[in-house]
Amino acid sequence: MGFHRFRGGVHPPDFKYFSKTSPIKNLPLPPKVIIPLLQHTGAINESLIKLGDSVEKNQKIGDSKKFISAPVHSSISGKVIAIEEFPTPTGQEILSIVVESNNRDEEIFLDRIDWEKESAEVIRDRIREAGIVGLGGAAFPTAVKLSPPKEKPINTVILNGCECEPCLTSDYRLMVEKPKEILEGFQIILKILGVKKGYIGIEDNKLEAIKNIKNQIPLLTNQANFSRNLESPNLHLTHSQMEVITLPTKYPQGAEKQLIKAITGREVPPEGLPMDVGAIVQNVSTALAIKEAVVDGKALVERVITVSGPLVKKPENFRVRIGTPISALITASGGLPADTERIIVGGPMMGIAQWTSEIPVTKGTTGILLFPEDESPNKEIEPCIRCGKCVEVCPMNLLVSEIGRYAENRDWASAKKLNVSDCMECGVCAYLCPAKRPLVQYIKWAKEQIKVESL
Amino acid sequence: MEKKNFSLAVSPHIRSRESTAKIMWSVVIALLPALSVGIYLFGIHTFYIILTSIIAAISTEGLFQLITKRKIRIFDGSAVITGMLLALILPPTVPLWIPALGSFFAIFLVKELFGGLGHNIFNPALAARAILLLSFPLIMTSWVSPFDGISCATPLAIIKDNLSAPLPSYLNLFVGTRAGCIGETSVLALLAGSGFLLLRRIISWHIPVSFIATVALFSFCSGKDPLFQVLSGGLILGAFFMATDYTTSPITKKGQIIFGLGCGAITSLIRFWGGYPEGVCYSILIMNVLTPLIDKYTLPRRFGTKGVRSQHLTK
Repeated sequence: MGFHRFRGGVHPPDFKYFSKTSPIKNLPLPPKVIIPLLQHTGAINESLIKLGDSVEKNQKIGDSKKFISAPVHSSISGKVIAIEEFPTPTGQEILSIVVESNNRDEEIFLDRIDWEKESAEVIRDRIREAGIVGLGGAAFPTAVKLSPPKEKPINTVILNGCECEPCLTSDYRLMVEKPKEILEGFQIILKILGVKKGYIGIEDNKLEAIKNIKNQIPLLTNQANFSRNLESPNLHLTHSQMEVITLPTKYPQGAEKQLIKAITGREVPPEGLPMDVGAIVQNVSTALAIKEAVVDGKALVERVITVSGPLVKKPENFRVRIGTPISALITASGGLPADTERIIVGGPMMGIAQWTSEIPVTKGTTGILLFPEDESPNKEIEPCIRCGKCVEVCPMNLLVSEIGRYAENRDWASAKKLNVSDCMECGVCAYLCPAKRPLVQYIKWAKEQIKVESL
Repeated sequence: MEKKNFSLAVSPHIRSRESTAKIMWSVVIALLPALSVGIYLFGIHTFYIILTSIIAAISTEGLFQLITKRKIRIFDGSAVITGMLLALILPPTVPLWIPALGSFFAIFLVKELFGGLGHNIFNPALAARAILLLSFPLIMTSWVSPFDGISCATPLAIIKDNLSAPLPSYLNLFVGTRAGCIGETSVLALLAGSGFLLLRRIISWHIPVSFIATVALFSFCSGKDPLFQVLSGGLILGAFFMATDYTTSPITKKGQIIFGLGCGAITSLIRFWGGYPEGVCYSILIMNVLTPLIDKYTLPRRFGTKGVRSQHLTK
């Protein structure tokens, strides 16, 4: 297989040391949670409850009949005190259900499933019912992703443990602390897709995670093979195999297309999906959520979030209930520093800057970062000197500098000709640009205009 | 926690420390060895040439930006580079109004009139030198030998015109003790500067290597001494400091190799079969014109358009 690499990418300072040694802590129960009815990529849910209803933890409170959707659940027990629009981390105001805690944290469970015996359909339904979405940030409904059409056979499943964004350490902590649960989730994914071999891609700056996952693999597979051998000795080694692939640390190693390219050498075609090259990628924390849904009967009502950044007094990794206001997390990490200029939800390369800290944690929230004012020597946009660094590092092979110039001149048709739609907005171009040109902004603008003018 | 008005901005929220000014001043540093050797070889007058050239470049740029009410960006180092580069490619004996006029041409005519930083078509220093050469052919082609200042011919002219003068040794060519432009003679000093730029990853090997290799290949094929051809004239200076100018050279690596090949081929054609002993200046200017075309036909391969490999992973 040779080298595991993709073209382009950058090496920003990773800032992982802020929080990588902080074990995952449970955040105290919030007094109330705000559960947006849309936390995934897809159709918005309808509320299943009324104002004043009592709800329990894990109770489904919003669902949709649309295929690309994922239900939402109450993450605490208590009373519904409001159903109204609230700002969410993506910047949109979304109809949300506000639940006031009764501090009893009563929970209901879905029935536990013996995934080794049940059919793929049953397990997939459970994953949908538990509201699981991709936890790496994009929040695409997992059950949909695990339902590839027949004409797109899957032969490669990759578990994404790259966590290539600087600062973020939630996936890392999970791999260190819960390798067994993650791998069980991965086995469930492999079973659903009927694939025998799975790869776990981890960057080489996460040695402890690599070690713990590697140590866990033989334990799991031996145990499974042992119990199978007792039942039917001929079924020897039918159990799925899992292999850790150590990848060079380079941003954006964890981008789906780049990860597939690095591990398999295959390139997902433009505007295509991983399944077009027989691959499916799932995040490690999604695998954990799948395990908890299937084996433990829990809905997706909590997740692990990194609170970090150069200003944060106590950078931490918290396990928090979905719907907790991010201000509660900031308070738990030592409070909001006075010179905070930006609150970022997500990583520093692709995260979204927020205007308020009164927004809820959603399923796609990977981290909360506090940054001081940008200290870069020049903030002003300078003319492009055609140094070509953006073109050199673009993992999608785009002629970024020219796209930027076209956007500057509002020449959307020319930007389209240079395949601006291929851009995933990873930000390596703007990160590196010596003229500090807002290339991602130009590209977003061009994409939007192309859509509006339907060029 | 009630603080509002956090700043909103599109990602990424971190930026590298690189800046246009840092790049430019690095190039200035990289030119210092060649400048120093030039002054050492050809005397104090060359120092005044360099100084005049730089001052004229900065003041032309500042004045233009002042008059046209643009942002004054004389401190980003790019005008300093143009001034330095122009001085480096002038004969060591020119009167001081030559660098002054040349810098004015370079900045006003070639750079600012085309839109300023990042928008010019031609390399400003080279275009200015071409204008000077056409306008003042005598002044621009009188050469002296190092240290003593006795007028003599450049090594390439000796070869071209079959003059009886002795040719410098490889060592002379390498350290720079031969007749030529102020900054072009010392290959050693130029390589020291370009090594720094390569290490700083400000320039890449693609243009210089393809440029120099093409000249060597042409020399070899036409029976000339490749090493002599590479070490003499302005090839090393042109290949590392002129042809690699970001604005006037192609953006993709593939395009840069084509650019280098073109420069090398045209340089050889002029040197071996053209009217001038040296062709580096004109070859780069001609390739500058072709840069947009090269860019157009060397677009990076779109991700995902490589024949999708259907083979399975290793068992």
